[in-house]
Amino acid sequence: MTVTTGVPTLIRGRAGSVAPFAVGGALVILMAILPLLNISIPGILPGATYTPGSLALLSLCMVFAALALSYNLLLGTAGMLSFGHALYFGAGAYGLGLALQYLGVPLWPGVLIALVGGLAIALFTGAVAMRVTGIPFAMVTLAFAQAGSVLVRRNQQVTGGEEGLRLPVEHVPDWLVGVVNTRSLYWFTLAVVVIVYLVVLWVDRSQLGHLAQATRENEQRVQVLGLRPYTAKLIVFVVAALCASLAGIAYMLLQSGTQPSSVGADLTITVLVMVVLGGVGFRWGAIVGGVLYTILDQRLTVLARAEWIHTLPDVLRIPLSEPLFLLGVLFILVVMFLPGGIAGTMDSWVRRRRGERTRSQLRQLEDAANANAGEVAEVRT
Amino acid sequence: MSSIVLILLTGIGLGALYFLVASGLSLIYGLMHVLNFAHGAFLTLSAFIGWQVALSLGTASWGSFLVSLLVGAVVGAIFATLTELILIRPLYERHIEQVLVTVGLSFAAVALFEGIWGTDAVNVAGPAWLKGTTDVLGARIPNTYWVLMIAAALVLGGLVLFLKKTRYGMIIRAGVENRAMVTALGIDVRKSFTLVFAIGGAAAGIGGVLAMHYTTFVSAHLGSTLLIFAFIVTVIGGLGSLTGAAVASVLVAVLQQFANVYLSGTGDFIVVALLAVVLLVRPSGLMGRKA
Amino acid sequence: MSEPSPILTVSHLSASIAGQQVVEDVTFEVPATGITAVLGRNGVGKTSTLRGILGLIHRRGEVTLAGERIDGLATHRIVQRGVGYVPEDREVFAGLTVAENLSLAERDKSPRREFVAELFPDLVKRRGQLAGTLSGGQQQMVSVARALLNENRILLVDEPTKGLAPKIVGEVAAALAEASRVVPILLVEQNLDVVRRLAAGAIVIANGRVVHTGDARTILDDEALTTRLLGVSAEVHQ
Repeated sequence: MTVTTGVPTLIRGRAGSVAPFAVGGALVILMAILPLLNISIPGILPGATYTPGSLALLSLCMVFAALALSYNLLLGTAGMLSFGHALYFGAGAYGLGLALQYLGVPLWPGVLIALVGGLAIALFTGAVAMRVTGIPFAMVTLAFAQAGSVLVRRNQQVTGGEEGLRLPVEHVPDWLVGVVNTRSLYWFTLAVVVIVYLVVLWVDRSQLGHLAQATRENEQRVQVLGLRPYTAKLIVFVVAALCASLAGIAYMLLQSGTQPSSVGADLTITVLVMVVLGGVGFRWGAIVGGVLYTILDQRLTVLARAEWIHTLPDVLRIPLSEPLFLLGVLFILVVMFLPGGIAGTMDSWVRRRRGERTRSQLRQLEDAANANAGEVAEVRT
Repeated sequence: MSSIVLILLTGIGLGALYFLVASGLSLIYGLMHVLNFAHGAFLTLSAFIGWQVALSLGTASWGSFLVSLLVGAVVGAIFATLTELILIRPLYERHIEQVLVTVGLSFAAVALFEGIWGTDAVNVAGPAWLKGTTDVLGARIPNTYWVLMIAAALVLGGLVLFLKKTRYGMIIRAGVENRAMVTALGIDVRKSFTLVFAIGGAAAGIGGVLAMHYTTFVSAHLGSTLLIFAFIVTVIGGLGSLTGAAVASVLVAVLQQFANVYLSGTGDFIVVALLAVVLLVRPSGLMGRKA
Repeated sequence: MSEPSPILTVSHLSASIAGQQVVEDVTFEVPATGITAVLGRNGVGKTSTLRGILGLIHRRGEVTLAGERIDGLATHRIVQRGVGYVPEDREVFAGLTVAENLSLAERDKSPRREFVAELFPDLVKRRGQLAGTLSGGQQQMVSVARALLNENRILLVDEPTKGLAPKIVGEVAAALAEASRVVPILLVEQNLDVVRRLAAGAIVIANGRVVHTGDARTILDDEALTTRLLGVSAEVHQ
């Protein structure tokens, strides 16, 4: 049974060998020194890599990469389809803003408070939602996210309502504020995505992760073995939520503000799109998905304003000027023809060259869902 | 007293709207185990096109109102049928991917609608009577609510007749219970899938046109906001149960109105809380099968 | 040998459910007349074999019905070629009436309603009753009646007497015996008395493979064989 753990199969080496980490480490170092370099990637980056515009874009990519990583932990590792993950992202963002604004604390305690807030919300909503599984679970998480979105929209005085909450910059250290310091924000988000990656990696590799994966495959069997799938899944859920909150905090700092759309179902669906595009069950796939989506969204928006677009007939112009339309179509195509996403497809290709049998993570989830649903009925002669 | 009457009647009216959207969702899920996220898009498109038709015929007349309703139903049915044939059928038995594909479709569709009709809401108006109110026991009920109730009653009646009296209806009822056994009787369920999508789309289309008159505007996001409520109603009522959806629609809407009036506008919140409570106590919904 | 060719041939059938192998490698033939029993302990893959033949579960291998390959077809097409199915646990539609359950099953232009009415007069009385309110035995009758309404080439019957009182077991067995006069039956059955009474030939499955075929009575009379392969003495009443 091929259980994809996300270990990059492109880089030859047994699990536990140094090679993947060497490559990962080199990548991180490269990203860290990027603001000091003068590399231009026209069409993708608005300017050279040391310009604030490019750094802001890359930072945003990393925030969403972190969010996608956290969602992949939930969907890929634990097999839990949630439509409310954005709630914890928004909790982190709003939490930081509210803590700084109303509790008047400096930055780092504010971050801590936001994380604790996210943890509390995750524990509560997770415990309630996990009373059911499958589609009902997805619906409860959706409902919670919507409730959060409504809560945030209605309370004009506290959360700024529709306009959103501004980051109270008086409480933020100077080195994180202002366009001039985009570099610092960049390194901050880089640190966030590295932290989230390490956390996700640790969970995947640990006993907890293996238990969650086994539960994803066959819940009944895990229970019969006397293990407790519920606790494992709840812990994974909460860890994923915490990582999302951390990403939300970074988002708040980066954008100097947040809006209600960072809480609702729409953002969760966006993250779902990122993770599926990148490849469910692959950590590096989640990163690729998050980065790719963000860049595509930004660049397509710029493209939509281009001169030559306006000269096209309406039938072509309208779809091309809506980035979300193009991304939605791309998503549909990926789900229908490449369910493994980018990472999954490449992984399958490499494995097939090695002669192994492959089955995309989504298909495995299908099988598991069918098995778990039909388990009682299938005890037949 | 009059406020109780107001809450009850407007609740039933709003519940009628929820039912129009939820009926299709419930049937689709019950038969096909697909959670159709694109249902909101069916609704929105029907509303937009229904509005264009009404505009061209003159919005103040009842004739154009009825025609726009009919057009809405047809547009919804066509959109839904195409969705089923092109996107859902190829992914037969792959439920998670079917759900994802409907998510993608709603994503893309809303963006496309914004591109075509803009991001701002468009004000709509219909026959003058709709703007008026009717007095019932001291409560002034806006007339849009009566139209909603009549439409939902007609749709419910039509659906029940269809399910009980026709062969396809029988196949669908059996298929909701046990799809594999229906195929083991030599029946091609896939035709029923398309039919159920078409019916759901038509109901959503009617719901869309009426929703637009109820809110007095149409926008690309009309469907998405209603869809969340429709989902909640479907789950509370029991996925796959038409009567469950009907009961839950009224229950949820009345509670929502009640909370909005007496608990300072927390209607949305109460609905979510109700969903959580129902799922915790009875995960298969009020009238759903023990899945 | 001048026997007529078998109605159903299964060759190297393997089947899996959600990635789990439930049938390893099964090969057998079903003669064109009479009842052929499928025997084996719990969990060896008897039900999965039937469901594999129908394509209800994921399977590989060759299945030939009256000389025509059916393993590439969808389930409803296989059934339309003339395969009647009486599933384990009856699987009648609880929310439909008896009449609706039967009407749903009708495929032919002129289904054999009188034949079924004669075999199951009780069902005629209960036409308007919801199938979910029927007793186990009555539901079994509905399930068997469904398969008899059409002119099928073969019936696949899965544990029809499971959980039924002895008297009802007798009635079901009688109905099957009557049915077998017009259509061959492949019968999965744990109740060896019923097998002894009805079956001509038998196929024994163990660990997802066919391990023995032959005359039913001969197999059941062989105590050592039945104990080893079926885990139960053929003399014990179920």
